[in-house]
Amino acid sequence: MLAGGLGVMAVSPLALVLGVVVGWTAVGAAGLLRPRDVAFAGRALFGVGAVGAFVLLAAAIWSLGQPVQGWVLPLGLPDLPLHVRLDPLAAFFLALIGASTVGISIYSAGYFRAGEGAAPGLMCLQYHVFLASMAMVVLANDAYTFMVAWETMALASYFLVTTQHRVAEIRQAGFLYLLLAHIGAIGILLCFGVLQGGSWHFTFDAMRAATLSPGWASVAFGLALFGFGAKAGLVPLHVWLPEAHPAAPSPVSAMMSGVMLKTAIYGIVRVSFDLLHAPVWWWGALALALGAFTAVFGAIFAAVQTDMKRLLAYSSIENIGIIVTGLGLAMLFRGLGMDALAALSLSAALYHCINHAQFKSLLFLATGSVLHATGQRNLGKLGGLIHRMPWVAWLALVGTLAMAGLPPLNGFVSEWLLLQAYLFTPLLPHAIVNMLAPLGAAAFALTVALSAYVMVKFYGVIFLGRPREIALVQAHDAGWLERIGLAWLALGCVVLGLAPVAVLDSLDKINVSLVGTGIGAQAEHWWLLTPVAAQRASYGPLLFGAGLVLAVGLTFVVVRRLYHGRVRRSDPWDCGFPGQTPRMQDTAEGFGQPIRHMFGPFFRIERELPTPFDKEPRYALRLGDRWWDWLYSPIARAVQECARAIGYLQQGSIALYLFYSFATLLTLLAFAL
Amino acid sequence: MTTLPLSSQLINLGAAVLLLTSFAMLSQRRIVSLVNLFAIQGAALSASTAIVAYTSGQHHLYYSAALSVALKMLLLPWILHRLIRRLNVRWDTEPLINIPTTMLVGIVLVVFAFGLAQPISQMSTTIARSTLGIALAVVMLSFLMMITRRKAISQIVGFLAMENGLFFAATSATYGMPMVVELGVALDVLIGMVILGVFFFQIREQFDSLDLQHLEQLRED
Amino acid sequence: MSAGSVIGLVEAPLAVLLAPLLIGWIDQCRAWLQNRRGAGVLQPYRTLRKLLHKDAVIAHGASSLFRVSPYIQFGAMAMAAAIIPVFSVRAPLGVAADTIALVGVFALARVFMALAAMDIGTAFGTLGARREMLVGFLSEPALLMVFLTASLISQSTLLPTIVDVLGQIHLTIFPSLAFAAIAFVMVLLAENARIPIDNPSTHLELTMIHEAMVLEYSGRHLALIEWSSALKLFNYAAIGVALFVPWGLAGRAAGPVELALALPIAAAKLAIAGAALAIVETLSAKLRIFRAPEFLATAFLLAVLGLLVHLLLER
Repeated sequence: MLAGGLGVMAVSPLALVLGVVVGWTAVGAAGLLRPRDVAFAGRALFGVGAVGAFVLLAAAIWSLGQPVQGWVLPLGLPDLPLHVRLDPLAAFFLALIGASTVGISIYSAGYFRAGEGAAPGLMCLQYHVFLASMAMVVLANDAYTFMVAWETMALASYFLVTTQHRVAEIRQAGFLYLLLAHIGAIGILLCFGVLQGGSWHFTFDAMRAATLSPGWASVAFGLALFGFGAKAGLVPLHVWLPEAHPAAPSPVSAMMSGVMLKTAIYGIVRVSFDLLHAPVWWWGALALALGAFTAVFGAIFAAVQTDMKRLLAYSSIENIGIIVTGLGLAMLFRGLGMDALAALSLSAALYHCINHAQFKSLLFLATGSVLHATGQRNLGKLGGLIHRMPWVAWLALVGTLAMAGLPPLNGFVSEWLLLQAYLFTPLLPHAIVNMLAPLGAAAFALTVALSAYVMVKFYGVIFLGRPREIALVQAHDAGWLERIGLAWLALGCVVLGLAPVAVLDSLDKINVSLVGTGIGAQAEHWWLLTPVAAQRASYGPLLFGAGLVLAVGLTFVVVRRLYHGRVRRSDPWDCGFPGQTPRMQDTAEGFGQPIRHMFGPFFRIERELPTPFDKEPRYALRLGDRWWDWLYSPIARAVQECARAIGYLQQGSIALYLFYSFATLLTLLAFAL
Repeated sequence: MTTLPLSSQLINLGAAVLLLTSFAMLSQRRIVSLVNLFAIQGAALSASTAIVAYTSGQHHLYYSAALSVALKMLLLPWILHRLIRRLNVRWDTEPLINIPTTMLVGIVLVVFAFGLAQPISQMSTTIARSTLGIALAVVMLSFLMMITRRKAISQIVGFLAMENGLFFAATSATYGMPMVVELGVALDVLIGMVILGVFFFQIREQFDSLDLQHLEQLRED
Repeated sequence: MSAGSVIGLVEAPLAVLLAPLLIGWIDQCRAWLQNRRGAGVLQPYRTLRKLLHKDAVIAHGASSLFRVSPYIQFGAMAMAAAIIPVFSVRAPLGVAADTIALVGVFALARVFMALAAMDIGTAFGTLGARREMLVGFLSEPALLMVFLTASLISQSTLLPTIVDVLGQIHLTIFPSLAFAAIAFVMVLLAENARIPIDNPSTHLELTMIHEAMVLEYSGRHLALIEWSSALKLFNYAAIGVALFVPWGLAGRAAGPVELALALPIAAAKLAIAGAALAIVETLSAKLRIFRAPEFLATAFLLAVLGLLVHLLLER
């Protein structure tokens, strides 16, 4: 079969994709040849990896126009070969992986410098194995391949997170990550166990053919939501995200936040829409509620952070919440028979996936440059970097505006589509749900507004104002490879924002395969997005962007022409206080204070207040996550108690251990009778 | 979208004003404003009752409307204003939970009331049946106000607003209660006001303040 | 080109040119209510001319973001004027941008203003930026909810369609629109830095929200920012008038008589709105800054309540 297929292999997209996977593994292995050589393992190999990502992106887009391909690879165990399949959903996520990886890999090629940190060769191996396993997760067509790839992904990312393993906090963060990843993996494994529905074949085709009773289908969905939710970062399984993402090196954080979380979303979509045929409506309601709560929770916590990478990690939780809300809406509509609206919601959710991949990777990479130039992650010690690092600052501005959901960039398009979907929820045939679902729109609006708040804080405290530490004047801008990586991602943000019709046309193929209908039937113009009907809603980003540029440009020209362009420099307004220092600017805590005040009950606040009699007064504020107290600490205590109770069995006496064996033997013999 | 007849629209408007005033009461700190909002509630209630009386031909509702005007727009606010002047209480202290949280809980109660009322209003045959949910919501919001306030006057106003809501529920679901019941309820409310006024003077004599937290000191220890 | 689209193209520049007149009218009404003579309705134009002639004085640490921001704010507000139907429903960008995009445009201007305020690095600018983003965080969802209520009634999110539908339902009373109207007025007061949220003529930096962000601007930059603030108030007033009192706006199928009448009717409605705003400002006192979130939370929850009332009563 393989030899006969070789003739076809040369021209099929699945062959290209598999070739990229193999190529990545080879590149990773090559990194072990000369691990300490930065020019080879750092620049050259990561560059090759970037080229592979580009080929992956092209192949995925090409495959959207081709029929679905499925192969059985003769690797793996004797009776369990690897099944792979390239259908529109997989192609979309492969395109997502490819698009972000190009930027991140090019950036990483410029990120490693001689003599610093871990050996680039080892990181090259872990990174490319991580990439290859993510691609295999998306391609997998049976449970065995899926779980092998999933575990490889978890392990490779664990090693990447603990790159600086000499720091105790990073080790702890890595351990927490691995623990929750495996708890999730148990859920996914059990879900596959339920899905096979009695046939004991674990290929996805068999699962599609199996018919499950509604009870078991709900159990499978619940397990999938639990398992994939642990990896995606849904509340209350989110606690690993704010620890692991900041602990990892910045390109790895970008990869994890931008790309890895989306494989979990892929898993949810695959299980609920494809393997379980048609979702039941109340699954959608559950996902909607969970997603809305996660989104608000993530946004609130992001607003009060003082570490720039933790801020971005919580913001990822918020965006995952938004995506799951979209998926919930899609399940709700599909379960109640409104397929076109399900397609709209699904498109909105998937669009937000790729948008988030672009702008979150861009922002994490920008923080990597800042960290590299200044050595600081703490927002209280940064500031004024737009003068020292103009390239990073202006490209990060694109990412900031995109994440805040401002038109005409890409964040706005997916939020617009989601709001349009929400506007149809009053039509749902279920009495209570059609009144509660619009409240989800209120929570969503609140989340979007809060994310703008968070982004102004992030950008303003890091890049604007004056430097809060004297050492910051020595910060240097990013290298040219890093700039290219950042520019690629920024370009992605702009293109995805200005050409939504093209993206939605591609997403329609997924809609047709998963929910039965698409939304693009009414596309009259290529420049105007009309997802439902032209008089109902329309958005023309190119026209909008052109109008904005025209208005700004016209104003500039008219003012300069009619008046003048003279500028004088002077000191800033000090209101009569001559001793203004950079420390008098707003701090990150200060910027988050209104949110902390308003949403106090969400946080666990520990405060140290000085008394008037202290010789060295100290003020400290620590904000913690209450889920540790409510969920994790009790479970951890219970587990320890159980372990201690079972530990009584270990008494150290040989006679006792022999007695255990004797008693077991007697019991088994008694039962045999 | 079908357009409703003018009378239904006016009743809906009255219901909306009722809901708006009870929600506004949740966010008010000044006690004088609370009493004024209560008077506006009384006006909206009387107007709705009069319109229901007109369109359904149930003439005893005219008497109910007149009673509402006399009691809820004129007599009770006058008594309350006198009480406020003599007790010299102008501002409420901080409520038990802060105002935005109170309003958020209020929204949840409104959703609950709306959801609860939907199957019931489908069974009713009156012209104003879709406003049953709003009436229930008004009752719940007034109860919430009674729970979260500290000064006794605010709790009185909450109690009276709750009675407004019940009256509106009765009008919208079953064309009002029998006249005897209505007169009895009105008399009860009036006597209750007088007795409570006496109590307030006693509380102020004892504790020098109308803050109800002082009553918690009266305990067997 | 039909007469309708010509009128549409004239709408945006006309709005830009007449916005300071609305501010002048409001200030004049306030002066009359305070028993003063006032400076005349054309005073804002004189101020703008004076500012445009002056040199722009910029702080030493300002980056190019600071210098570009006034132009972006002005451009965004002009774009919003092109989306909102002022006297004719045929706004030029009414098809390319709907109410959600309008909220996005306002957010764009607000974000750039806040970023420019943080650029100088003094305590006042950053404080103003924080407060402005707080006001925006609460008022933007309220505005969106108001628009969603209107969209649910008219089955569209495009402003021209909403205004058309609401204008043709002649005397139907929508209670949800009553809630939405009150919420909208509260949002208007907050977003345009009017009493009771912010005092537009204060000199005390600790009480400023909007003014603190423009402390560092001077010359033509300040002129553009003042103009864009006036334009923002004009836009909000035009939205309020179009949503809640839409009768008199020239519809899609408007003839020349209706178009000729539409302009004076719109001017009259805006003048009445301006006078009402002046009365509200004179009668209220400025809230403490810590009470402003309560005010805005009330507006948001009223808007949500309006949505719920629509879902219960008007389907």
